[in-house]
Parts: sequence; C-alpha cells; structure tokens
Amino acid sequence: MRIPILKLNNYLLISIQTEIDDQTAIQFQEDLLDEIYKTEASGVVIDLTSVDIIDSFIAKVLGDVVTMSDLMGAKVVLTGIQPAVAMTLIDLGINMQNVPTALDLEQGLLKLHKELGV
Amino acid sequence: MNPQSCVNINKEWDIVGARQLGREMAKEIGFSTVDQARIATAISELARNIYLYAEQGKISYEIIYNDSRAGLCLIAEDEGPGISDISQVMRDGFTTSGGLGAGLPGVKRLMDEFEVYSEVGKGTTIKTVKWLR
Repeated sequence: MRIPILKLNNYLLISIQTEIDDQTAIQFQEDLLDEIYKTEASGVVIDLTSVDIIDSFIAKVLGDVVTMSDLMGAKVVLTGIQPAVAMTLIDLGINMQNVPTALDLEQGLLKLHKELGV
Repeated sequence: MNPQSCVNINKEWDIVGARQLGREMAKEIGFSTVDQARIATAISELARNIYLYAEQGKISYEIIYNDSRAGLCLIAEDEGPGISDISQVMRDGFTTSGGLGAGLPGVKRLMDEFEVYSEVGKGTTIKTVKWLR
C-alpha cells in the first residue's frame, strides 16, 4: 500500500486516508523524501484528519520525516490532528514540540506561505 | 458481540488487526472516542512489543464487570525472551529497539490498571484494564 503524494506548485500535499501499518509508514517516509528531491518542493503538508490512531511508532516516523525533510530544505507542516489523537499522544509521553502543526489543510498552507515567505 | 476474543500476533499487519478489534469492542461497550483511541493505541504498543521482541504471541480481549461497571481487559502474552529489569522498561525513553521508549509506560498511562509478569527465557504477560467512566 502506498500513500499518494500530490504536487501543487512548489508544495507537496499528502492526505493520509487509510489505517497505516509500519511498512506503509516507512514506505511513505522514503517516497516523500524521493518526491521532495525530484520536484524540488519547498513545502509539504501532511494532513492527518482521517487518522484516528497515532502510536509511538507512527509518531516517530512522522517526527523523523519532518526532520529529514528539513535537512533537505523542505518545511513540513502536520495538519488536522484529531482531539482524541492529541490526547493519546500526550498520554504516551510524546509531545512533538519541534513539529510544526496547523488546525487544517488551509491553515497549514498559510503557515508554509508565511514561513517560506512566498 | 463476543465478550471474549483473541488475536494472534505473527506478522506486522496483525498489529493493525489487533487494534481495530480493540477499537470495535471499546466502541460496542460504550467508551468515548478518546478512550477508544487510548485503548487502540495501547493495543498497538502491546502488539508491536510482541512482534518486535518475541516475534509471536497473542492478545486476548475480555469484557469484564466490577459491580455494574463494564471494562475491557487486555492480556498480551508471548513466549519471547522476557524482561530482565521491569523497572527499566517502565522508564520513559528506555528502548532497545531504536523506538521512542514510550511503549509500556505509555500503555500504563493510557489504561486504568496495568500489571507485568515476566520471566527471562520464558516470556512476558501483560494484563491491562480500562474501565468505563
């Protein structure tokens, strides 16, 4: 299973719509970095509106992909984290403090516009 | 719905199957959306530990009652290497797998009751309960 990555101008948009298993998460990490490299995208929005569980493994993969993309020069914003998911992450002891987030896709794109100054 | 169920953990996708069944049962019992997420996440952590450290094992689910209050009891069992120092694995950030080390202390916080029994070379059993509020 592959998570589709869409290109919009110099941004990449991803909406995770399926239950993510470990393999899909790792595959996504690789696919996204390849896509950033190929498209020279400067910003990425990963929308998690439909994701109803983030466990410690998926949290690590998401946190890592933000750092990895940053190393390559692309800013990532995570959007649409559900209230139940946010509460569960804090119970798990995962604060994701260094990860840029926004309420929804629209706010996420605005955040990228501001940060990248375009 | 069956008040008792069991999922064998032998492959990675079983982690997903285990947490989906847990969420369904939690929903059926009447847990809130947040508690459903807590239970599903706890199962995900337990199932991953089995897959990662013992390769195979199982998670059993049982609807239990205390007076008139319902709860979901989860038992994760494996015959893996066991845990030599339980206090160490219950510390936040301790990991031998390169993960976040959030698993077991996280499960304890997500659930209401939590017990670990482990014997080196024999395996590990974790029993955890979430009560309906």
